[in-house]
Amino acid sequence: MAKENLLEIRDLHTSFFTDHGVVRAVNGVDLDVPEGRIVGLVGESGCGKSMTARSVMGLIKSPGRIESGSIKLDGRELVGLSDRELRSVCGDDVSMIFQEPMTSLNPVLKVGRQVEEVLLVHHKASTKEEAKRLTVDMFERVGIPEAEKRMSAYPHELSGGLRQRVMIAMAMVCKPRLLIADEPTTALDVTIEAQILRLMKQLCKEHHMGILIITHNLGVVAEICDDVYVMYAGRIVENAPVFELFDHKRHPYTEGLMNAIPKIGGNPEFLSTIPGVVPNLLHVGDGCTFAGRCAHASDRCRAEMPALYEVAEHHTCRCFLAEREGQ
Amino acid sequence: MKRVLGRIAGMIPVLLGVTLLIFILLRVVPGDPVSILLGEHYSQETIDRLTRVMDLDKPLIQQFFSYVGNAVRGNLGESYTMKRPVTTLILQAFPSTVKLALMAAAIAWVIGILAGIIAAVRQNKLLDHLFMGMSLAGVSVPIFMTSLFLQYVLSFKLKLFPLTSDGRLISLILPAIALGWNSAGSIARMTRSGLIDVMQQDYIDTAKAKGLTKASVILKHALKNSMLPVVTMMAIQLSSMMSGAVITESIFSIPGIGRLATSAIQNRDMPLLQGTVLFTTIIVIIGNLAADLLYSVLDPRIRRAV
Repeated sequence: MAKENLLEIRDLHTSFFTDHGVVRAVNGVDLDVPEGRIVGLVGESGCGKSMTARSVMGLIKSPGRIESGSIKLDGRELVGLSDRELRSVCGDDVSMIFQEPMTSLNPVLKVGRQVEEVLLVHHKASTKEEAKRLTVDMFERVGIPEAEKRMSAYPHELSGGLRQRVMIAMAMVCKPRLLIADEPTTALDVTIEAQILRLMKQLCKEHHMGILIITHNLGVVAEICDDVYVMYAGRIVENAPVFELFDHKRHPYTEGLMNAIPKIGGNPEFLSTIPGVVPNLLHVGDGCTFAGRCAHASDRCRAEMPALYEVAEHHTCRCFLAEREGQ
Repeated sequence: MKRVLGRIAGMIPVLLGVTLLIFILLRVVPGDPVSILLGEHYSQETIDRLTRVMDLDKPLIQQFFSYVGNAVRGNLGESYTMKRPVTTLILQAFPSTVKLALMAAAIAWVIGILAGIIAAVRQNKLLDHLFMGMSLAGVSVPIFMTSLFLQYVLSFKLKLFPLTSDGRLISLILPAIALGWNSAGSIARMTRSGLIDVMQQDYIDTAKAKGLTKASVILKHALKNSMLPVVTMMAIQLSSMMSGAVITESIFSIPGIGRLATSAIQNRDMPLLQGTVLFTTIIVIIGNLAADLLYSVLDPRIRRAV
């Protein structure tokens, strides 16, 4: 397990300075992606998981910015790099695929050209012909049929699954060390989802790369992740290897998430939900951000933010219940 | 190709309609071309004879169809006042108008698109406010004001350019600026808002995540997407400039289509007015067709649907 950490995020704070106040979208996140492993970052919409990923890529839009913390890729600090330095890393050493293959490809450019472009920008191909050849290779690797012909297709001429394969080809073509996938299968139907996940798993193994997959779908996590981080309201609330997490979940929020998965044979009339909604990040108090929705919340929870307690090897949990159990 | 031909065929009813409309309008308005031609103090006999010669005694519908029949063969009748074929007059005036329009359009497009891009990139910064202020001025200050201002400062005071057109290209620079400035303003605004909108799209994040420079993100990925509405506007502007800039041509005495039309109106020269209006209509329709075709060049999604 003592593998080199490809991505090491420490105490990351990314905030949005809006007219109504400061929104702390990412509030002190620590996260590791070791080489050759697939790490899942799970949470509800708006919990800050996408912002964590976008922070790595330098894609935080104004009025947001990284306030403090460290993001290390292969030991190299990314926070504070100039635009130019960060650009040489993005698309090359670390690349990202996005949720919506429909809107993430440029509609007026041929897909082949959009992939070739990455190679040319990062000097992985010196001529257009070479870039084209490498792109066709990559298209074949990610399972795009008639790769040569598809090169000159426009995004609207391809199905959602094919488009996401193009996105993956685009992200993989420079053989990055780290791939960040932000809800890569959310917009796809389940059969395509399974294919795409299998493809990512296979690429991870072949290239010995790290993958950070962001999802709200615990099914996806169970399918391909090695390690899982559960995020809530800008903080990591629980972190464990995937089997440990599913078998010994400690945080009430994680438990709520798992209970919310509909089960075959369960009561079809009743879908379990977590009561309440994600708190407005503009107004967070001192206490645990989940206290308002938690069945076990005590006065202490409402007054004080629990730390991340180690409850087992490689398993941490941000809950006072876990603190007691841990002792 | 088939679609293009289809579109051209679709022009015919529009042209017929416009011809009919102008034909009726010119006969509904008060004033009689015969008496204008003859001036005062002519006998009723002379008037009747001229009316017969000019076919004005025939039924309106017959006049209309003989006009259309001739027009198809390129004969738009003879100007009452200039005593020369209308087609010849229009073809003589057209090159001046084209030269002016092309220069004005070049100025408008280069300035408008550049200012739009810069304003979008520096959104809400000083340059943005400066350019948008200037473009607001461009859109809202009437052309005759700009023309007079340019004439006064650059020609009269600084003596850099000729005051009015003398056939040389240099004499067209001021009118082209006056005419183009106005269009540059609207193009700059459209480019800016289009670009700002496109920069929020997901595929721009993809382009950034690829590690492209800001310049390539804008020029290779954003610009083409944001130019669709701008291209339409450009084509429509060019065709309206081609169909004669009435005010600019008058102020700078450029012998173009616009001046031809003004003189036709002033002299109640019906064949000439009819001819220029018809010609203008054709130009505008061609401009719109060109805009549609350009659309499909820019946006592959439209290519099949044109």
